[in-house]
Amino acid sequence: MYRYDSYDQSIVDARVEEFRDQVQRRLAGHLTEDQFKPLRLMNGLYLQLHAYMLRIAIPYGTLSARQMRKLGEVARKYDRGYGHFTTRTNIQFNWIKLADAPDILAELATVEMHAIQTSGNCIRNISSDQYAGVAADEVTDPRPWAELLRQWSTFHPEFTYLPRKFKICVIATAEDRSAMRLHDIGLKLVKRGDEIGAEVYAGGGMGRTPMVGPQIRDFVPEDEVIPYLEACLRVYNRYGRRDNKFKARIKILVHELGVEEYKRQVEEEFAQMKVLGLNPPREELDRIRPFFANPAYEQGLSDEIDRGDPAFALWVDRQVATHRQPGYAIVNISLKPVGGIPGDASADQIDLIADLAEHYSLDELRVTHAQNLVLPHVKKADLYAIWQKLDEAGLAEANLDLIGDIIACPGLDYCSLANARSIPLAQKLSERFASPDRQKDLGELKLKISGCINACGHHHAGHIGILGVDRKGVENFQLLLGGSGAEDASLGQITGPGFSEDGVVDAIEKVTDIYLAERAQGERFLDTYRRIGMKPFKEAIYG
Amino acid sequence: MKILTGNDLGTGDVIWWAGDGWSRLVGDSADVGDRGDELVRAEEAAQRVVGAYVIDATVTDEGIRPAHIKDRIRALGPTVRPDLSLKPNDADAGNWVI
Ligand code: SF4
Repeated sequence: MYRYDSYDQSIVDARVEEFRDQVQRRLAGHLTEDQFKPLRLMNGLYLQLHAYMLRIAIPYGTLSARQMRKLGEVARKYDRGYGHFTTRTNIQFNWIKLADAPDILAELATVEMHAIQTSGNCIRNISSDQYAGVAADEVTDPRPWAELLRQWSTFHPEFTYLPRKFKICVIATAEDRSAMRLHDIGLKLVKRGDEIGAEVYAGGGMGRTPMVGPQIRDFVPEDEVIPYLEACLRVYNRYGRRDNKFKARIKILVHELGVEEYKRQVEEEFAQMKVLGLNPPREELDRIRPFFANPAYEQGLSDEIDRGDPAFALWVDRQVATHRQPGYAIVNISLKPVGGIPGDASADQIDLIADLAEHYSLDELRVTHAQNLVLPHVKKADLYAIWQKLDEAGLAEANLDLIGDIIACPGLDYCSLANARSIPLAQKLSERFASPDRQKDLGELKLKISGCINACGHHHAGHIGILGVDRKGVENFQLLLGGSGAEDASLGQITGPGFSEDGVVDAIEKVTDIYLAERAQGERFLDTYRRIGMKPFKEAIYG
Repeated sequence: MKILTGNDLGTGDVIWWAGDGWSRLVGDSADVGDRGDELVRAEEAAQRVVGAYVIDATVTDEGIRPAHIKDRIRALGPTVRPDLSLKPNDADAGNWVI
């Protein structure tokens, strides 16, 4: 894992002290809320429905055991004993006191963490593949790139006040586990001959106007990726719609200009950027890379797994993925227990997972955009012991990518922008489809719920998506079918009029019944939907 | 009736204007009539509240009920964590917000 150098540490420490002073001035009445609000937001401190909420960055979703333990400590000491992992692979604490915020940030700084750029119109936390470095089919490890992008984008003076927030994702496999094309910029690392470079996608995103990002370059050589991104951002920074918040994301600019014209402007800017020598020195990537070198894997381990315990075997089949090192496996930990709150973890669970990462996963874990956690380097011989410990802590659900593995944003239970509650609906749905046999029979089925049009719950990208709306002060839910955030990215289509909370649960059951009746051999829900279209589903739902 | 709500500057707690100060209980709310905006300005200037705003509410058998579900959830706490709400021992408290 990357470790801070003295520059990283000093800028984070300096920011904590600066914020401490700002908080003191606010509490003393020397700053008004209008003056203070942008300052607290720059440090990830929001005012939500019930209290201040602190959003902490987890760069490209990677955590060490000591960082995870610190999050557990923050949950216990400063919050109400739990945290919420988000679709941006960050963590949020919901019950923060203003006076405590600087102390929390100071504690986080001791484990090389912060909340900088988790809000505001800047480049946000870089996202990447939760299997980075361990996926068998990876072209190269995307994490050194993600780290380089993190350093480049942190406090970038030109991109601190963009027209709107900006999200970048970098992956290096054909399979997209990170919704790469639904980011403002998506980079897919590829090989051309012996040379590594990036396919670049721009103008993707969800929210009010969802778009799948079109490709704007099929290959940018390794050394030119940063200047090329500078060019993309510069064109956006200059022409993005600052006049209208709802049209200010890069996707609107790319759409309004047209992909070809945006590309042309980027290339023109890039030609000028290239000669300025702004690309980071080669040595910097070379300095970063060893942090992500293969850990000291044991050699000659067995690939055998004793599947004698049927509950364990079920969990292995669902939650364990192939590791590129013989004898090792990738473990997915579900944060979606039946009837639970997607993405929430108690301080005790956080501590346990930190311990598991330390003892069984070479001190490392990952956060996924689907609000689950990953132990990336587990010996197959340790799987049973890990499963037993997870099971005791209520963390051994076997539902990865099944209908019970629901993404849900905080919704109206916590979020001041919400129209409707996402979590109770996720709970009802996970209870309705609780049966492991039923879930297995339904197969891969990604269900995603947002409590408002901002789409933090990725409803556009759900095979089944749900959007909460406000209908004259009453919660109402629109149903969407056919979205995907994976390599076959697509946007879901609304079925028709919305439903009550119970109504949408029933409607989804009807949708799954149609799938079961119509599916051809080997088809996932999404495949069947794409083959037969919306009509049969609509007829079943609205009769 | 019109009532006034916001968040406590220091703790972030949801608070309700009770006529002579702020309360954490919506049931203590005072009818601010047409004085709401004036109170918002004064209380925010005194740094006692953040994000204050006036809402409609009605008086029911169960006490004061904000007109909009968002403010009822603010008054109670997250419906999915009754243990953290203002009525941790009332399993049905979540129904009040609907
Ligand atoms: S989608 Fe809307 S309700 Fe959900 S967390 Fe985002 S802003 Fe809040």
